[in-house]
Amino acid sequence: MSTRSLADAAHETNTEAPSHGQTLAQKILARVSGVDAPVPGQIVEGAVDLAMGHEQAAQAVLPFHQMEAPRIWDPSRVVIAIDHWVPASTEGAAKLHQILRHFAAEEGITNFYDVGRHGICHQVLAEDGWVVPGDLCVGTDSHTNMLGAMGAFAVGIGPTEFAAVLATGRIWLKVPPTIRVEVEGTLGKGVYAKDLILRIIREVRCDGARYKAVEFQGPTISRLSMSERFTLCNMTTEMGAKAGMVAPDATTREFLQPIAKHPMHPLTPDADASYERTISLDVDGMEPQVACPYSPDNVRPMSEIVKEHVKVNQVFLGSCTNSRMDDLRIAARIFRGEKVHPGVRFIVSPASTAIYRQCLKEGLVDLFTEGGAVFTNSSCSACFGGNMGILAPDEACASSSNRNFPGRMGAKEARIYLMSPAAVALTAIRGEISDPREVLP
Amino acid sequence: MKELLEGRVWCLGDELDTDQLIAGKYLTIIDPQELKKHVLENVDPRFSREARPGDILIGGENFGCGSSREHAPQALKAVGLAAVVANSFARIFYRNSINIGLPAIEVPGVRSLFRPEDIARIDLPGGRIQNVTTGEETRFPPLPDHILGILRAGGLVEKVRQELRGASTSPREGLA
Ligand code: SF4
Repeated sequence: MSTRSLADAAHETNTEAPSHGQTLAQKILARVSGVDAPVPGQIVEGAVDLAMGHEQAAQAVLPFHQMEAPRIWDPSRVVIAIDHWVPASTEGAAKLHQILRHFAAEEGITNFYDVGRHGICHQVLAEDGWVVPGDLCVGTDSHTNMLGAMGAFAVGIGPTEFAAVLATGRIWLKVPPTIRVEVEGTLGKGVYAKDLILRIIREVRCDGARYKAVEFQGPTISRLSMSERFTLCNMTTEMGAKAGMVAPDATTREFLQPIAKHPMHPLTPDADASYERTISLDVDGMEPQVACPYSPDNVRPMSEIVKEHVKVNQVFLGSCTNSRMDDLRIAARIFRGEKVHPGVRFIVSPASTAIYRQCLKEGLVDLFTEGGAVFTNSSCSACFGGNMGILAPDEACASSSNRNFPGRMGAKEARIYLMSPAAVALTAIRGEISDPREVLP
Repeated sequence: MKELLEGRVWCLGDELDTDQLIAGKYLTIIDPQELKKHVLENVDPRFSREARPGDILIGGENFGCGSSREHAPQALKAVGLAAVVANSFARIFYRNSINIGLPAIEVPGVRSLFRPEDIARIDLPGGRIQNVTTGEETRFPPLPDHILGILRAGGLVEKVRQELRGASTSPREGLA
């Protein structure tokens, strides 16, 4: 099997000799806690720079009131962005939205991304500069890790904990050990940041980074755009990571300069920081990757999957992982002038309203819908099996999203294959999982 | 919080994610009593009908991975489970459980000690879990003080409330 040769591409070195240098996670937690040199395993209490809530935050309202806090700690540091059911598709969702609207009005939270300004929470936070280098960011969503691409410590929490943050502005955290992922080489034609992160997840597995931070380093990472870094950090959640991050550099600064909502603290790891583990990966010659049912770490090289002629019923281009402008443009390049394969539903959902409008300007909405795709408003859409694009039991779906656990997009038997936007677009045309390298010039 | 627990066990496998605990279609439900009707329905439909207060759930590796939904531990708490014990937990599920006052206890290798319907006895401060049915026993590192502090208060709500009132005797313990 060719999995052998790929496995050789990644090798691992064990912990270096202990040193006094600090990882990026330690640096940020030192800043927000005031503890000089926090060590992994130590519990510190940090001041939160930004707290993000989506629909799940509605469940924080009752505990917040039960905590009897007079007010929320700082309305200017709280952002509510509804995204899972936009506009509300059920009475239950409508009530969640209503609870949040009332709460925001009562507590003076003006940073409310309501229907009309909506987008996937992580994306609107990124686009509007809510999270900057050195920040401690918490969010009521497990993919809050995505914002770590800003050089921040961004971590998902539940609603009760969110209530405590609203009441106090603080959170306790166990300082995590860090896994360093060092990447060199050039991503080839038809190979993207999504393929890279799937490849890494195959190595680390679904629980390999539990309670840990992941830091991406190396020449390949330095060359990645912010959008690509978001894709990487987003899926550190699928390794169980507490946070995923890229140290801030010129790319980060350039992205944030015009939009940053508060001052940056551009912290970087020390050269002699001590990492629990280093995974080195050379991506020269790496092929596109596919995560097969029913786990994001069940990753196999595209060439193997293509031989199996995996037919799909639905194709989803969306989610916080991969529905930004660069993702949609890559998919459009492949889909231009083509038609959706008969019997396949192709759902395209941009990550934010800004991206939606940009697609209109660039003619992408025409391009996709002319070919028979459904172009939806910006939301989580089909990603989580609770709103639209639900799968029937014996169906298969090719998706640019981040999870393929049983039942994630509907029926528990439905099979979800995770891949890059380019692979998704070609799969929509051919009706079976296809390798984008075949059509890219 | 009871610190000595004894109850009938339910056994689950490895990598049981929160989508399987509570499916995405139920996420707009807030009432835990309503949620508990759907807990684990795709995995073990008997659970929501037959689990009783005081029962103990035994999971494998990376229990509660996936989505951050607090619905998952909420639904388990509504069933009245005394504790959730697993070889290992996913991070957010673990924190969510502790925060709502549901003891989550990480005991490496615990899953292989139990079969469905066995009786488990847990000594929380002592760090000891026994299978009363088979007599086998294993130990686990006692919960850190700040976590015990949250559980003893009955969850984070009560803990923060006490601290905001200045009633806590040790304000640095847990979340201030
Ligand atoms: S797009 Fe999917 S993974 Fe991202 S926040 Fe929405 S439901 Fe979660």
